[in-house]
Amino acid sequence: MTPRYNFAFLDEDTKRMLRRALLKAVAIPGCQIPFGSREMPLPYGWGTGGIQVTAALLGPDDVLKVIDQGADDTTNAVNIRRFFARVAGIATTERTAEATLIQTRHRIPETPLREDQILVFQVPEPEPLRTLEARETETRTLHALADYGLMHVKLYEDIARYGRIATSYDYPVLVDGRYLTSPSPIPKFDNPKLDHSPALMLFGAGREKRIYAIPPYTRVESVAFEDHPFDVQQWDERCALCGSGESYLDEVVVDDRGTRMFVCSDTDFCSQRTEAQA
Amino acid sequence: MNALLKVRTLGHRYGQRVGCEDVSFDLYPGELLCIVGESGSGKSTLLNTLAAQLAPTSGSVRYRQRDGAWLDVGSLNEADRRRLARQEWGFVTQNPRDGLRLNVSAGANVAERLMALGERHYGRLRNIARGWLERVEIDPARIDDMPADFSGGMQQRLQIARTLVTHPRLVFMDEPTAGLDVSVQARILDLLRRLVHELDLAAVMVTHDLAVARLLAARTMVMQGGRVVETGLTDQILDDPQHPYTQLLVSSVLTT
Repeated sequence: MTPRYNFAFLDEDTKRMLRRALLKAVAIPGCQIPFGSREMPLPYGWGTGGIQVTAALLGPDDVLKVIDQGADDTTNAVNIRRFFARVAGIATTERTAEATLIQTRHRIPETPLREDQILVFQVPEPEPLRTLEARETETRTLHALADYGLMHVKLYEDIARYGRIATSYDYPVLVDGRYLTSPSPIPKFDNPKLDHSPALMLFGAGREKRIYAIPPYTRVESVAFEDHPFDVQQWDERCALCGSGESYLDEVVVDDRGTRMFVCSDTDFCSQRTEAQA
Repeated sequence: MNALLKVRTLGHRYGQRVGCEDVSFDLYPGELLCIVGESGSGKSTLLNTLAAQLAPTSGSVRYRQRDGAWLDVGSLNEADRRRLARQEWGFVTQNPRDGLRLNVSAGANVAERLMALGERHYGRLRNIARGWLERVEIDPARIDDMPADFSGGMQQRLQIARTLVTHPRLVFMDEPTAGLDVSVQARILDLLRRLVHELDLAAVMVTHDLAVARLLAARTMVMQGGRVVETGLTDQILDDPQHPYTQLLVSSVLTT
Protein backbone atom coordinates (compact mmCIF):
# COMPACT_ATOMS: atom_id res chain seq x y z
CA MET A 1 0.00 0.00 0.00
CA THR A 2 1.25 3.46 -0.88
CA PRO A 3 1.01 5.50 2.33
CA ARG A 4 0.99 8.93 0.68
CA TYR A 5 -2.63 8.45 -0.47
CA ASN A 6 -5.75 8.46 1.65
CA PHE A 7 -7.29 4.97 1.92
CA ALA A 8 -8.73 4.07 -1.51
CA PHE A 9 -7.34 7.23 -3.14
CA LEU A 10 -10.31 9.60 -2.65
CA ASP A 11 -10.48 11.96 0.32
CA GLU A 12 -13.08 11.25 2.99
CA ASP A 13 -15.35 14.17 2.06
CA THR A 14 -15.57 12.98 -1.52
CA LYS A 15 -16.38 9.48 -0.36
CA ARG A 16 -19.11 10.86 1.87
CA MET A 17 -20.59 12.77 -1.08
CA LEU A 18 -20.49 9.58 -3.14
CA ARG A 19 -22.13 7.53 -0.39
CA ARG A 20 -24.94 10.06 -0.12
CA ALA A 21 -25.55 9.78 -3.85
CA LEU A 22 -25.42 5.98 -3.55
CA LEU A 23 -27.98 5.93 -0.74
CA LYS A 24 -30.28 8.13 -2.75
CA ALA A 25 -29.80 5.89 -5.79
CA VAL A 26 -30.69 2.77 -3.79
CA ALA A 27 -33.75 4.54 -2.38
CA ILE A 28 -35.05 5.34 -5.88
CA PRO A 29 -34.22 2.24 -7.97
CA GLY A 30 -33.13 3.05 -11.50
CA CYS A 31 -33.20 6.83 -11.07
CA GLN A 32 -30.06 8.67 -12.17
CA ILE A 33 -28.57 10.67 -9.30
CA PRO A 34 -26.09 13.46 -10.10
CA PHE A 35 -22.82 13.49 -8.17
CA GLY A 36 -19.65 15.55 -8.15
CA SER A 37 -17.46 13.30 -10.26
CA ARG A 38 -13.74 13.77 -9.55
CA GLU A 39 -10.79 13.63 -11.85
CA MET A 40 -9.32 10.15 -11.54
CA PRO A 41 -5.89 8.89 -12.58
CA LEU A 42 -7.31 7.21 -15.70
CA PRO A 43 -9.08 8.57 -18.76
CA TYR A 44 -12.83 8.90 -19.20
CA GLY A 45 -14.23 5.79 -20.77
CA TRP A 46 -11.90 3.55 -18.78
CA GLY A 47 -14.14 3.31 -15.76
CA THR A 48 -13.84 6.60 -13.87
CA GLY A 49 -17.43 6.25 -12.64
CA GLY A 50 -17.06 2.67 -11.50
CA ILE A 51 -13.73 3.35 -9.82
CA GLN A 52 -15.19 6.20 -7.76
CA VAL A 53 -18.12 4.07 -6.60
CA THR A 54 -15.70 1.28 -5.70
CA ALA A 55 -13.48 3.73 -3.80
CA ALA A 56 -16.44 4.97 -1.78
CA LEU A 57 -17.48 1.43 -0.85
CA LEU A 58 -14.18 -0.30 -0.10
CA GLY A 59 -13.37 -1.23 3.48
CA PRO A 60 -10.09 -2.76 4.72
CA ASP A 61 -11.62 -6.27 4.80
CA ASP A 62 -13.08 -6.21 1.31
CA VAL A 63 -11.92 -8.59 -1.39
CA LEU A 64 -11.98 -6.96 -4.81
CA LYS A 65 -12.45 -8.55 -8.22
CA VAL A 66 -12.31 -6.49 -11.42
CA ILE A 67 -13.45 -7.77 -14.79
CA ASP A 68 -13.42 -6.28 -18.26
CA GLN A 69 -15.78 -7.97 -20.76
CA GLY A 70 -15.84 -10.89 -18.36
CA ALA A 71 -12.04 -11.30 -18.29
CA ASP A 72 -9.82 -10.78 -15.24
CA ASP A 73 -6.62 -10.48 -17.23
CA THR A 74 -7.23 -7.60 -19.65
CA THR A 75 -5.53 -4.20 -19.34
CA ASN A 76 -8.44 -2.33 -17.82
CA ALA A 77 -9.14 -5.02 -15.22
CA VAL A 78 -5.51 -5.56 -14.27
CA ASN A 79 -4.85 -1.84 -13.88
CA ILE A 80 -7.86 -1.07 -11.73
CA ARG A 81 -7.22 -4.12 -9.54
CA ARG A 82 -3.58 -3.12 -9.05
CA PHE A 83 -4.60 0.48 -8.41
CA PHE A 84 -6.80 -0.47 -5.46
CA ALA A 85 -4.29 -2.99 -4.13
CA ARG A 86 -1.83 -0.09 -4.02
CA VAL A 87 -3.93 2.75 -2.65
CA ALA A 88 -6.13 0.71 -0.30
CA GLY A 89 -3.98 -2.31 0.44
CA ILE A 90 -6.98 -4.60 0.12
CA ALA A 91 -7.01 -8.21 -1.00
CA THR A 92 -7.88 -8.97 -4.60
CA THR A 93 -9.11 -12.10 -6.28
CA GLU A 94 -10.10 -13.50 -9.63
CA ARG A 95 -12.65 -15.89 -8.11
CA THR A 96 -16.20 -14.57 -8.27
CA ALA A 97 -17.25 -16.56 -5.20
CA GLU A 98 -14.44 -15.11 -3.05
CA ALA A 99 -15.07 -11.45 -3.89
CA THR A 100 -17.14 -9.09 -1.76
CA LEU A 101 -16.98 -6.30 -4.32
CA ILE A 102 -16.83 -6.80 -8.08
CA GLN A 103 -16.19 -3.92 -10.45
CA THR A 104 -17.21 -4.83 -13.96
CA ARG A 105 -17.05 -3.49 -17.45
CA HIS A 106 -19.78 -4.84 -19.75
CA ARG A 107 -20.52 -8.24 -18.16
CA ILE A 108 -22.20 -9.88 -15.18
CA PRO A 109 -20.28 -12.96 -13.96
CA GLU A 110 -21.75 -16.37 -14.86
CA THR A 111 -21.38 -17.61 -11.26
CA PRO A 112 -24.59 -16.59 -9.44
CA LEU A 113 -24.03 -13.67 -7.06
CA ARG A 114 -24.93 -13.68 -3.37
CA GLU A 115 -26.56 -11.21 -0.97
CA ASP A 116 -23.19 -10.26 0.57
CA GLN A 117 -21.71 -9.19 -2.75
CA ILE A 118 -21.89 -5.83 -4.57
CA LEU A 119 -21.51 -5.43 -8.31
CA VAL A 120 -20.23 -2.06 -9.59
CA PHE A 121 -20.76 -1.26 -13.28
CA GLN A 122 -18.74 1.16 -15.39
CA VAL A 123 -21.22 3.18 -17.42
CA PRO A 124 -20.33 5.23 -20.51
CA GLU A 125 -23.84 6.59 -21.20
CA PRO A 126 -26.36 6.42 -18.36
CA GLU A 127 -29.24 7.85 -20.38
CA PRO A 128 -31.13 5.14 -22.33
CA LEU A 129 -33.07 7.76 -24.30
CA ARG A 130 -30.02 9.74 -25.36
CA THR A 131 -29.76 8.52 -28.95
CA LEU A 132 -33.38 9.50 -29.52
CA GLU A 133 -33.50 12.71 -27.52
CA ALA A 134 -30.38 14.83 -27.28
CA ARG A 135 -31.69 17.41 -24.79
CA GLU A 136 -30.95 16.56 -21.16
CA THR A 137 -33.79 18.82 -19.93
CA GLU A 138 -36.20 16.84 -22.10
CA THR A 139 -34.99 13.37 -21.07
CA ARG A 140 -35.24 14.40 -17.43
CA THR A 141 -38.83 15.51 -17.97
CA LEU A 142 -39.58 12.22 -19.72
CA HIS A 143 -38.20 10.31 -16.72
CA ALA A 144 -40.15 12.48 -14.28
CA LEU A 145 -43.37 11.79 -16.18
CA ALA A 146 -42.48 8.13 -16.86
CA ASP A 147 -43.11 8.97 -20.52
CA TYR A 148 -41.23 6.16 -22.25
CA GLY A 149 -42.99 5.76 -25.61
CA LEU A 150 -39.80 6.98 -27.27
CA MET A 151 -37.92 3.81 -26.30
CA HIS A 152 -40.37 1.76 -28.31
CA VAL A 153 -39.74 3.98 -31.32
CA LYS A 154 -36.17 2.69 -31.23
CA LEU A 155 -37.27 -0.94 -30.90
CA TYR A 156 -39.80 -0.39 -33.70
CA GLU A 157 -36.99 0.87 -35.93
CA ASP A 158 -34.96 -2.23 -35.10
CA ILE A 159 -37.73 -4.58 -36.15
CA ALA A 160 -38.58 -2.53 -39.24
CA ARG A 161 -34.96 -2.63 -40.39
CA TYR A 162 -33.72 -6.03 -39.26
CA GLY A 163 -36.90 -8.03 -38.72
CA ARG A 164 -36.16 -8.42 -35.02
CA ILE A 165 -34.99 -6.34 -32.09
CA ALA A 166 -31.35 -5.98 -33.08
CA THR A 167 -30.23 -4.19 -29.92
CA SER A 168 -27.90 -6.79 -28.44
CA TYR A 169 -26.14 -4.86 -25.68
CA ASP A 170 -27.12 -1.97 -23.42
CA TYR A 171 -30.65 -3.28 -23.79
CA PRO A 172 -32.95 -0.92 -21.86
CA VAL A 173 -34.77 -2.16 -18.78
CA LEU A 174 -37.61 -0.88 -16.65
CA VAL A 175 -36.57 -0.98 -12.99
CA ASP A 176 -39.27 -1.69 -10.40
CA GLY A 177 -41.93 -0.79 -12.96
CA ARG A 178 -40.91 2.86 -12.88
CA TYR A 179 -37.57 4.10 -14.23
CA LEU A 180 -36.27 3.27 -17.67
CA THR A 181 -32.62 2.46 -17.12
CA SER A 182 -29.55 1.62 -19.14
CA PRO A 183 -27.96 -1.56 -17.76
CA SER A 184 -24.58 -0.29 -19.11
CA PRO A 185 -23.32 -2.05 -22.22
CA ILE A 186 -23.72 -5.60 -20.91
CA PRO A 187 -24.93 -8.08 -23.54
CA LYS A 188 -28.68 -8.61 -23.35
CA PHE A 189 -27.72 -12.18 -22.43
CA ASP A 190 -27.05 -10.77 -18.94
CA ASN A 191 -30.31 -8.82 -18.61
CA PRO A 192 -32.24 -11.68 -16.94
CA LYS A 193 -29.55 -11.77 -14.22
CA LEU A 194 -30.55 -8.22 -13.20
CA ASP A 195 -34.06 -9.31 -12.28
CA HIS A 196 -34.43 -10.09 -8.57
CA SER A 197 -30.68 -10.34 -8.14
CA PRO A 198 -29.64 -11.07 -4.53
CA ALA A 199 -26.60 -8.80 -4.95
CA LEU A 200 -26.73 -5.01 -4.90
CA MET A 201 -25.98 -3.52 -8.33
CA LEU A 202 -24.49 -0.02 -8.55
CA PHE A 203 -23.81 1.96 -11.72
CA GLY A 204 -21.31 4.82 -11.98
CA ALA A 205 -20.88 7.14 -14.97
CA GLY A 206 -17.84 9.37 -14.38
CA ARG A 207 -17.96 11.66 -17.38
CA GLU A 208 -21.75 12.04 -17.24
CA LYS A 209 -21.59 12.44 -13.42
CA ARG A 210 -24.47 10.08 -12.66
CA ILE A 211 -24.97 7.23 -10.22
CA TYR A 212 -27.87 4.80 -10.19
CA ALA A 213 -28.68 1.51 -8.56
CA ILE A 214 -30.69 -1.68 -8.75
CA PRO A 215 -31.21 -2.81 -5.14
CA PRO A 216 -31.36 -6.54 -4.30
CA TYR A 217 -34.51 -8.43 -5.27
CA THR A 218 -35.86 -5.64 -7.48
CA ARG A 219 -38.10 -6.34 -10.45
CA VAL A 220 -36.23 -5.60 -13.69
CA GLU A 221 -38.01 -6.07 -17.02
CA SER A 222 -36.43 -5.72 -20.45
CA VAL A 223 -38.72 -3.62 -22.63
CA ALA A 224 -40.18 -5.29 -25.74
CA PHE A 225 -43.24 -5.60 -27.96
CA GLU A 226 -46.07 -8.05 -27.28
CA ASP A 227 -45.48 -9.79 -30.60
CA HIS A 228 -41.67 -9.46 -30.43
CA PRO A 229 -40.84 -10.52 -26.87
CA PHE A 230 -37.42 -10.13 -25.29
CA ASP A 231 -34.98 -12.99 -25.89
CA VAL A 232 -31.27 -13.58 -25.34
CA GLN A 233 -28.44 -14.64 -27.61
CA GLN A 234 -27.89 -18.34 -28.30
CA TRP A 235 -24.99 -20.20 -29.85
CA ASP A 236 -24.77 -23.41 -31.84
CA GLU A 237 -21.22 -23.90 -30.54
CA ARG A 238 -19.90 -24.73 -27.08
CA CYS A 239 -16.88 -23.20 -25.35
CA ALA A 240 -13.74 -24.66 -26.95
CA LEU A 241 -11.91 -24.69 -23.60
CA CYS A 242 -14.42 -25.84 -21.00
CA GLY A 243 -17.28 -27.13 -23.16
CA SER A 244 -19.89 -24.91 -21.51
CA GLY A 245 -23.14 -24.59 -23.44
CA GLU A 246 -24.86 -22.08 -21.17
CA SER A 247 -22.35 -19.25 -20.78
CA TYR A 248 -21.85 -16.14 -22.92
CA LEU A 249 -19.37 -16.96 -25.70
CA ASP A 250 -16.84 -14.72 -27.46
CA GLU A 251 -15.96 -15.49 -31.05
CA VAL A 252 -12.19 -15.34 -31.51
CA VAL A 253 -10.41 -15.34 -34.86
CA VAL A 254 -7.32 -17.49 -34.35
CA ASP A 255 -5.43 -17.23 -37.64
CA ASP A 256 -5.43 -15.18 -40.85
CA ARG A 257 -7.44 -17.82 -42.75
CA GLY A 258 -10.60 -17.07 -40.84
CA THR A 259 -10.54 -19.99 -38.43
CA ARG A 260 -12.66 -19.16 -35.41
CA MET A 261 -13.18 -20.53 -31.97
CA PHE A 262 -15.77 -19.80 -29.35
CA VAL A 263 -14.69 -19.35 -25.74
CA CYS A 264 -16.40 -18.24 -22.53
CA SER A 265 -16.20 -14.50 -22.03
CA ASP A 266 -16.09 -15.09 -18.24
CA THR A 267 -12.48 -16.28 -17.73
CA ASP A 268 -12.98 -17.22 -14.08
CA PHE A 269 -16.03 -19.36 -14.87
CA CYS A 270 -14.17 -21.02 -17.73
CA SER A 271 -10.95 -21.80 -15.83
CA GLN A 272 -12.86 -23.20 -12.85
CA ARG A 273 -14.72 -25.57 -15.13
CA THR A 274 -11.50 -26.56 -16.90
CA GLU A 275 -9.83 -27.25 -13.55
CA ALA A 276 -12.77 -29.31 -12.34
CA GLN A 277 -12.57 -31.44 -15.47
CA ALA A 278 -8.82 -31.97 -15.25
CA MET B 1 -74.00 23.06 -29.76
CA ASN B 2 -71.28 23.35 -27.15
CA ALA B 3 -68.01 25.12 -27.91
CA LEU B 4 -64.79 23.11 -27.86
CA LEU B 5 -62.45 25.95 -27.07
CA LYS B 6 -63.28 29.22 -25.32
CA VAL B 7 -60.65 31.94 -25.55
CA ARG B 8 -61.08 35.12 -23.52
CA THR B 9 -58.92 38.29 -23.67
CA LEU B 10 -55.87 36.14 -24.35
CA GLY B 11 -52.51 37.81 -24.61
CA HIS B 12 -48.83 36.95 -24.63
CA ARG B 13 -46.02 39.43 -24.15
CA TYR B 14 -42.33 38.95 -24.82
CA GLY B 15 -41.09 41.14 -21.98
CA GLN B 16 -42.37 44.59 -22.84
CA ARG B 17 -43.19 43.77 -26.43
CA VAL B 18 -46.66 42.59 -27.32
CA GLY B 19 -46.92 39.22 -29.05
CA CYS B 20 -50.69 39.14 -29.17
CA GLU B 21 -53.30 40.92 -27.12
CA ASP B 22 -56.96 40.80 -26.16
CA VAL B 23 -58.00 37.87 -28.35
CA SER B 24 -61.40 36.32 -27.67
CA PHE B 25 -63.30 33.69 -29.65
CA ASP B 26 -65.12 30.37 -29.39
CA LEU B 27 -64.28 27.38 -31.54
CA TYR B 28 -66.92 24.72 -32.21
CA PRO B 29 -66.41 21.02 -33.01
CA GLY B 30 -65.88 20.41 -36.70
CA GLU B 31 -65.00 24.04 -37.36
CA LEU B 32 -61.88 25.27 -39.12
CA LEU B 33 -60.79 28.74 -38.15
CA CYS B 34 -58.14 30.60 -40.12
CA ILE B 35 -55.97 33.31 -38.64
CA VAL B 36 -54.53 35.54 -41.35
CA GLY B 37 -52.22 38.50 -41.18
CA GLU B 38 -48.80 39.66 -42.32
CA SER B 39 -45.50 38.50 -40.84
CA GLY B 40 -45.04 39.76 -37.29
CA SER B 41 -48.75 40.29 -36.72
CA GLY B 42 -48.79 37.80 -33.84
CA LYS B 43 -50.44 34.87 -35.61
CA SER B 44 -47.92 32.26 -34.58
CA THR B 45 -47.65 33.67 -31.05
CA LEU B 46 -51.40 33.35 -30.73
CA LEU B 47 -51.35 29.81 -32.06
CA ASN B 48 -48.57 28.75 -29.70
CA THR B 49 -50.37 30.34 -26.76
CA LEU B 50 -53.59 28.54 -27.68
CA ALA B 51 -51.71 25.24 -27.92
CA ALA B 52 -50.18 25.85 -24.47
CA GLN B 53 -46.68 25.96 -25.86
CA LEU B 54 -46.38 29.52 -24.59
CA ALA B 55 -47.82 30.62 -21.25
CA PRO B 56 -50.46 33.33 -21.56
CA THR B 57 -49.59 36.61 -19.81
CA SER B 58 -53.26 37.58 -19.67
CA GLY B 59 -56.63 36.03 -20.34
CA SER B 60 -57.58 32.36 -20.48
CA VAL B 61 -58.01 29.38 -22.78
CA ARG B 62 -60.56 26.78 -21.76
CA TYR B 63 -60.98 23.44 -23.49
CA ARG B 64 -63.90 21.01 -23.26
CA GLN B 65 -62.62 17.45 -22.87
CA ARG B 66 -64.20 14.30 -24.23
CA ASP B 67 -66.03 13.78 -20.94
CA GLY B 68 -67.56 17.27 -21.18
CA ALA B 69 -65.52 18.81 -18.34
CA TRP B 70 -63.90 22.20 -18.96
CA LEU B 71 -60.16 22.46 -18.55
CA ASP B 72 -58.29 25.68 -17.90
CA VAL B 73 -55.35 25.18 -20.25
CA GLY B 74 -53.23 27.95 -18.71
CA SER B 75 -53.13 26.32 -15.27
CA LEU B 76 -52.30 22.76 -16.36
CA ASN B 77 -49.21 21.08 -14.97
CA GLU B 78 -46.61 19.69 -17.35
CA ALA B 79 -47.88 16.10 -17.18
CA ASP B 80 -51.47 17.04 -18.01
CA ARG B 81 -50.36 19.47 -20.69
CA ARG B 82 -48.42 16.72 -22.44
CA ARG B 83 -51.27 14.27 -22.10
CA LEU B 84 -53.65 16.80 -23.63
CA ALA B 85 -51.23 17.67 -26.43
CA ARG B 86 -50.79 14.00 -27.22
CA GLN B 87 -54.27 12.54 -26.80
CA GLU B 88 -56.69 15.29 -27.69
CA TRP B 89 -54.67 17.79 -29.70
CA GLY B 90 -52.33 17.82 -32.63
CA PHE B 91 -49.85 20.36 -33.88
CA VAL B 92 -48.64 20.65 -37.47
CA THR B 93 -45.60 22.86 -37.93
CA GLN B 94 -44.73 24.92 -40.97
CA ASN B 95 -41.48 23.12 -41.54
CA PRO B 96 -42.18 19.36 -41.52
CA ARG B 97 -38.63 18.75 -40.38
CA ASP B 98 -39.52 20.41 -37.05
CA GLY B 99 -42.49 18.14 -36.51
CA LEU B 100 -40.97 14.88 -37.71
CA ARG B 101 -38.35 12.66 -36.18
CA LEU B 102 -35.87 12.56 -39.03
CA ASN B 103 -33.63 9.77 -37.79
CA VAL B 104 -36.37 7.13 -37.76
CA SER B 105 -38.48 5.69 -40.58
CA ALA B 106 -41.82 7.00 -41.83
CA GLY B 107 -43.64 4.14 -40.10
CA ALA B 108 -42.05 4.92 -36.75
CA ASN B 109 -42.99 8.57 -37.19
CA VAL B 110 -46.62 7.70 -37.71
CA ALA B 111 -46.66 5.13 -34.89
CA GLU B 112 -44.82 7.24 -32.30
CA ARG B 113 -47.88 8.84 -30.75
CA LEU B 114 -49.57 5.45 -30.48
CA MET B 115 -46.55 3.99 -28.72
CA ALA B 116 -46.54 6.97 -26.37
CA LEU B 117 -50.14 6.10 -25.53
CA GLY B 118 -49.08 2.56 -24.63
CA GLU B 119 -49.64 0.50 -27.79
CA ARG B 120 -47.13 -2.36 -27.56
CA HIS B 121 -48.04 -4.61 -30.47
CA TYR B 122 -45.69 -4.24 -33.44
CA GLY B 123 -48.00 -5.83 -35.99
CA ARG B 124 -50.91 -3.59 -35.10
CA LEU B 125 -48.72 -0.47 -35.15
CA ARG B 126 -47.50 -1.46 -38.57
CA ASN B 127 -51.00 -1.90 -39.96
CA ILE B 128 -52.19 1.41 -38.59
CA ALA B 129 -49.12 3.18 -39.98
CA ARG B 130 -49.70 1.64 -43.42
CA GLY B 131 -53.32 2.67 -43.35
CA TRP B 132 -52.41 6.25 -42.52
CA LEU B 133 -49.74 6.50 -45.17
CA GLU B 134 -52.39 5.45 -47.66
CA ARG B 135 -54.83 8.03 -46.34
CA VAL B 136 -52.33 10.83 -46.87
CA GLU B 137 -51.50 9.48 -50.33
CA ILE B 138 -48.03 8.13 -49.60
CA ASP B 139 -47.25 4.70 -51.06
CA PRO B 140 -47.41 2.27 -48.08
CA ALA B 141 -44.41 0.45 -49.58
CA ARG B 142 -42.33 3.42 -48.41
CA ILE B 143 -43.15 2.73 -44.77
CA ASP B 144 -39.52 1.92 -43.93
CA ASP B 145 -37.99 4.86 -45.80
CA MET B 146 -36.49 7.78 -43.96
CA PRO B 147 -38.49 11.02 -44.02
CA ALA B 148 -35.35 12.80 -45.23
CA ASP B 149 -35.69 10.88 -48.50
CA PHE B 150 -39.20 12.26 -49.02
CA SER B 151 -40.05 15.38 -50.99
CA GLY B 152 -41.21 18.46 -49.07
CA GLY B 153 -44.85 17.78 -49.86
CA MET B 154 -44.60 14.16 -48.78
CA GLN B 155 -42.90 15.19 -45.56
CA GLN B 156 -45.75 17.55 -44.82
CA ARG B 157 -48.30 14.82 -45.54
CA LEU B 158 -46.33 12.47 -43.31
CA GLN B 159 -46.46 15.02 -40.54
CA ILE B 160 -50.21 15.29 -40.96
CA ALA B 161 -50.56 11.49 -40.72
CA ARG B 162 -48.36 11.41 -37.63
CA THR B 163 -50.48 14.09 -35.99
CA LEU B 164 -53.88 12.64 -36.84
CA VAL B 165 -53.10 8.99 -36.08
CA THR B 166 -54.42 9.28 -32.51
CA HIS B 167 -57.65 10.93 -33.72
CA PRO B 168 -57.22 14.27 -31.98
CA ARG B 169 -60.29 16.48 -31.60
CA LEU B 170 -58.45 19.72 -32.15
CA VAL B 171 -55.51 20.44 -34.42
CA PHE B 172 -53.32 23.52 -34.57
CA MET B 173 -51.60 24.22 -37.85
CA ASP B 174 -48.90 26.81 -38.43
CA GLU B 175 -48.76 27.63 -42.15
CA PRO B 176 -48.76 23.95 -43.20
CA THR B 177 -48.56 24.80 -46.89
CA ALA B 178 -46.06 27.65 -46.86
CA GLY B 179 -42.81 26.81 -48.56
CA LEU B 180 -44.40 24.29 -50.92
CA ASP B 181 -45.02 24.90 -54.60
CA VAL B 182 -48.52 25.64 -55.77
CA SER B 183 -49.56 22.23 -57.09
CA VAL B 184 -48.30 20.46 -53.98
CA GLN B 185 -50.03 23.08 -51.87
CA ALA B 186 -53.32 22.40 -53.60
CA ARG B 187 -52.97 18.69 -53.01
CA ILE B 188 -52.30 19.15 -49.30
CA LEU B 189 -55.15 21.59 -48.91
CA ASP B 190 -57.42 19.11 -50.61
CA LEU B 191 -56.22 16.39 -48.29
CA LEU B 192 -56.70 18.55 -45.21
CA ARG B 193 -60.20 19.49 -46.26
CA ARG B 194 -61.10 15.83 -46.71
CA LEU B 195 -59.53 14.70 -43.41
CA VAL B 196 -61.07 17.53 -41.40
CA HIS B 197 -64.44 16.50 -42.75
CA GLU B 198 -63.91 12.73 -42.31
CA LEU B 199 -62.61 12.95 -38.76
CA ASP B 200 -64.89 15.79 -37.71
CA LEU B 201 -61.87 17.77 -36.55
CA ALA B 202 -61.81 21.25 -35.18
CA ALA B 203 -58.78 23.15 -36.35
CA VAL B 204 -57.08 26.50 -35.96
CA MET B 205 -54.86 27.31 -38.89
CA VAL B 206 -52.44 30.17 -39.25
CA THR B 207 -51.71 31.36 -42.75
CA HIS B 208 -50.65 34.46 -44.63
CA ASP B 209 -52.30 33.12 -47.75
CA LEU B 210 -55.87 34.33 -48.20
CA ALA B 211 -56.56 31.69 -50.83
CA VAL B 212 -55.96 29.01 -48.19
CA ALA B 213 -58.47 30.66 -45.91
CA ARG B 214 -60.99 30.89 -48.74
CA LEU B 215 -60.60 27.21 -49.58
CA LEU B 216 -60.68 25.71 -46.10
CA ALA B 217 -62.13 27.93 -43.45
CA ALA B 218 -65.67 28.88 -42.67
CA ARG B 219 -64.49 31.58 -40.33
CA THR B 220 -61.48 33.88 -40.50
CA MET B 221 -59.75 36.18 -38.07
CA VAL B 222 -57.55 38.99 -39.35
CA MET B 223 -54.67 40.11 -37.15
CA GLN B 224 -52.50 43.18 -37.18
CA GLY B 225 -49.95 44.30 -34.60
CA GLY B 226 -50.95 41.53 -32.21
CA ARG B 227 -54.66 42.39 -32.23
CA VAL B 228 -57.62 40.92 -34.01
CA VAL B 229 -58.87 43.69 -36.32
CA GLU B 230 -61.66 41.83 -38.02
CA THR B 231 -63.41 38.51 -37.63
CA GLY B 232 -66.29 36.84 -39.41
CA LEU B 233 -67.31 34.43 -42.17
CA THR B 234 -64.45 33.94 -44.59
CA ASP B 235 -66.41 34.86 -47.70
CA GLN B 236 -67.75 37.95 -46.03
CA ILE B 237 -64.30 39.11 -44.99
CA LEU B 238 -62.75 38.47 -48.37
CA ASP B 239 -65.59 39.90 -50.44
CA ASP B 240 -66.53 42.80 -48.24
CA PRO B 241 -63.63 43.73 -45.95
CA GLN B 242 -64.50 46.41 -43.39
CA HIS B 243 -61.23 47.23 -41.68
CA PRO B 244 -58.68 49.27 -43.68
CA TYR B 245 -55.97 46.69 -43.03
CA THR B 246 -58.16 43.84 -44.27
CA GLN B 247 -59.00 45.90 -47.35
CA LEU B 248 -55.30 46.36 -47.98
CA LEU B 249 -54.66 42.64 -47.45
CA VAL B 250 -57.43 41.59 -49.81
CA SER B 251 -56.45 44.09 -52.48
CA SER B 252 -52.82 43.03 -52.41
CA VAL B 253 -53.57 39.45 -53.49
CA LEU B 254 -52.06 38.82 -56.90
CA THR B 255 -54.47 37.60 -59.50
CA THR B 256 -53.36 36.01 -62.71
